[in-house]
Amino acid sequence: RYYEYMFGQSRRRKRGRGPLGARAEPELSELRVVIQSRDPGCHSYPHLASSEAYHLTVTEPVAILKADEVWGALRGLETFSQLVHEDDYGSFLVNESEIEDFPRFAYRGILLDTSRHYLPLKSILINLDAMAFNKFNVLHWHIVDDQSFPYQSTYFPELSNKGAYSYNHIYTPADVHLVIEYARLRGIRVIPEFDTPGHTQSWGKGQKDLLTPCYNGEQPTGSFGPINPVLNTTYDFMTKFFKEISSVFPDEYIHLGGDEVNFSCWKSNPEVREFMKKQGFGIDYAKLESYYIQKILDIVSSYNKGYVVWQEVFDNKVQLKPDTVVQVWMENNYAHELSSVTGAGFTAILAAPWYLDYISYGQDWKKYYSVEPLNFPGSEKQKKLLIGGEACLWGEFVDATNLTPRLWPRASAVGERLWSSRNVTNLQDAYRRLTNHRCRML
Amino acid sequence: AENEQPWGTPCTQLLVYVATPGCDGFPSLDSKESYKLSVSEGSLLLSADAVWGALRGLETFSQLVGRDENGTYYINKTEIVDFPRFPHRGLLLDTSRHYLPLKAILETLDVMAYNKFNVFHWHIVDDPSFPYESWTFPELSKQGAFNAMTHVYTAADVQMVIEYARLRGIRVIAEFDTPGHTLSWGPGAPGLLTPCYFGKDPSGTYGPINPILNSTYEFMTSLFQEVSAVFPDFFLHLGGDEVDFTCWKSNPKICAFMKEMGFGEDYKKLESFYIQRLLDIISSLGKGYIVWQEVFDNSVKLRPDTIVHVWKENYTPYLEEMANVTKAGYRALLSAPWYLNRISYGQDWMAAYEVEPLKFEGDPEQKDRVIGGEACMWGEYVDVTNLAPRLW
Repeated sequence: RYYEYMFGQSRRRKRGRGPLGARAEPELSELRVVIQSRDPGCHSYPHLASSEAYHLTVTEPVAILKADEVWGALRGLETFSQLVHEDDYGSFLVNESEIEDFPRFAYRGILLDTSRHYLPLKSILINLDAMAFNKFNVLHWHIVDDQSFPYQSTYFPELSNKGAYSYNHIYTPADVHLVIEYARLRGIRVIPEFDTPGHTQSWGKGQKDLLTPCYNGEQPTGSFGPINPVLNTTYDFMTKFFKEISSVFPDEYIHLGGDEVNFSCWKSNPEVREFMKKQGFGIDYAKLESYYIQKILDIVSSYNKGYVVWQEVFDNKVQLKPDTVVQVWMENNYAHELSSVTGAGFTAILAAPWYLDYISYGQDWKKYYSVEPLNFPGSEKQKKLLIGGEACLWGEFVDATNLTPRLWPRASAVGERLWSSRNVTNLQDAYRRLTNHRCRML
Repeated sequence: AENEQPWGTPCTQLLVYVATPGCDGFPSLDSKESYKLSVSEGSLLLSADAVWGALRGLETFSQLVGRDENGTYYINKTEIVDFPRFPHRGLLLDTSRHYLPLKAILETLDVMAYNKFNVFHWHIVDDPSFPYESWTFPELSKQGAFNAMTHVYTAADVQMVIEYARLRGIRVIAEFDTPGHTLSWGPGAPGLLTPCYFGKDPSGTYGPINPILNSTYEFMTSLFQEVSAVFPDFFLHLGGDEVDFTCWKSNPKICAFMKEMGFGEDYKKLESFYIQRLLDIISSLGKGYIVWQEVFDNSVKLRPDTIVHVWKENYTPYLEEMANVTKAGYRALLSAPWYLNRISYGQDWMAAYEVEPLKFEGDPEQKDRVIGGEACMWGEYVDVTNLAPRLW
């Protein structure tokens, strides 16, 4: 695909001749890619500790791209393809260069939401291409939520049968595998998010008794709230469900959500209140939330997966395993939250200033670009715990008709912030490069 | 198997009756767009005074047709009498800040028809680029377009837009905005723009159109002779907004002129002087004109049939401006609350929907002078990659 990126968009395509139509000296005839590690990783999946560093030397007649692992080679190929440009006469040129490059942050993600609006496979794949252009390496797939459940589960087919918008708005196991493989070939990890116990209205359609029935006095109202944390059946379900998820998604991490749990329905349910008494939780429903989350974390751990959670799980003092990743998303005073999270010894990723679904008029890329993730009070050790961040495109007002122009090229500003050095901050220079990069992405 | 017939007699024909067709003409501000649609068992009848009403009715009819789970097309029995509240329902596209390929403009015209818009306000040139290929002054686009080969509208392109629009009952009103917003005119028309001065010497930069030279008015006459011939609508939009006086003030010849004319320090008078001469030129060419509100606000002498385009939101409240414009006897167009280029998070369509154009103090004759409005999609951050989802 890099050949196409470099030579495919030729303004003056010469018929019958290759891209080296104008034979000018000096001439570059070959890019040699050398992967130095004994196990290059071509048949494995990228992970948090993968090496993405590369060394690119462009000189005649042969350019050399060296990397420890295939993931670095991919990043280097991306850069090389962006160095090749066409002059007014149809010749392809590349400047003599020596580049030593590696990412500042290891976790550089994009969140897509396929529950508020279904996104056709094509849309997701195009987005993975765009991510590769910008050296993003994590697709955070917020695959289900209140509105719809498009994930077709093998163990629980009724979840999507009853919970998806329609039969046409589903991701089959084949679809999911395609996304994972397409991503892998671009060095992108796919971290699925099955957000519980809140954000689960669509789960209740296909799984009876999973959600908490809300009450008005003695009577059930007919509506449902978060997942019911007091029933054993809930945990039987979750055990089986996450067994499937753990085997379908190869990444070491699963995102378990845990955000915005509304306690009112729990409070209204007599069985839940009874449980609270028995457990000695008093009227502190955060303790009930913790109780639930802890059990889920244990289930997921038993499948040898690590987990990412939204910040509420940390804020509500749930007992977390030391290698939990906490995603900071609330904009208010997020620097303080980063201090708290890393201060408590947990790894953090930053999304709060990068909610790209919050569109506004003008050049808002500048404010995303100007974020300095390590601008929070903390020790060197703490700062090392911030492993990266995510640009989030929540789907309330987004579907395939407007996803691409809404996400890009604004997300490119986040991509550079997460990859490049801390001192790459000049807005004028970034503007010049971003406008070129945008045209290249088109 | 059921014996029950769920549907009535299948209908195979929509009869369209137009009293005074005018199929070969162009739509105008006075065109009749009313129609009657009658759907009953075995009979589909669309009748209108003019073909423009028939188009609106066809649009409605096409939207009434549904399809059930078995794939059967159906339409509900219905009687519709419909006509527009406002006769000028426009959309502005800006092809100067970013060039829009022909296809994008034509697609927009299609969607305008779906929504019964009937005016395409083509803000065709401005500071950043001059894509309009003029046969009188070919250098304008040769020097002023982003790319004179790929980012221009040829005479054929323009005719295509006008005809495509006509077939959908849409008027094309071109805007050649002067004297400000004209930087791209400079390279192809040396001597047209005002040279700015730094002290006694020209600074090398240029400002608005130079209002004191006779050559300016000769140029305008020739250009608008062409524009009047190319665009068949009675109205032209002449712009007249956001004229920055700094450059004029810096130019010694202009200062001398101000003294000569007794304008004192009031550059609004100079602006008026220019606009008045421009309006006379346009009138003599037999066209009517629309101007942005500054022209009215700056007390330029306007012909009584001038249409004033209200666009400012951070100035006087726009409803107050609408009242002032109509009170002074001019017709008004509203755009101020409908700058769709100003995107924001969430369901901002509601704010646009809740606008009531006539919510100001005034007598019925005044309110009648509000002929409609326009949704504007300025092009600073818009090109073909994001136009459609941003606008619709």
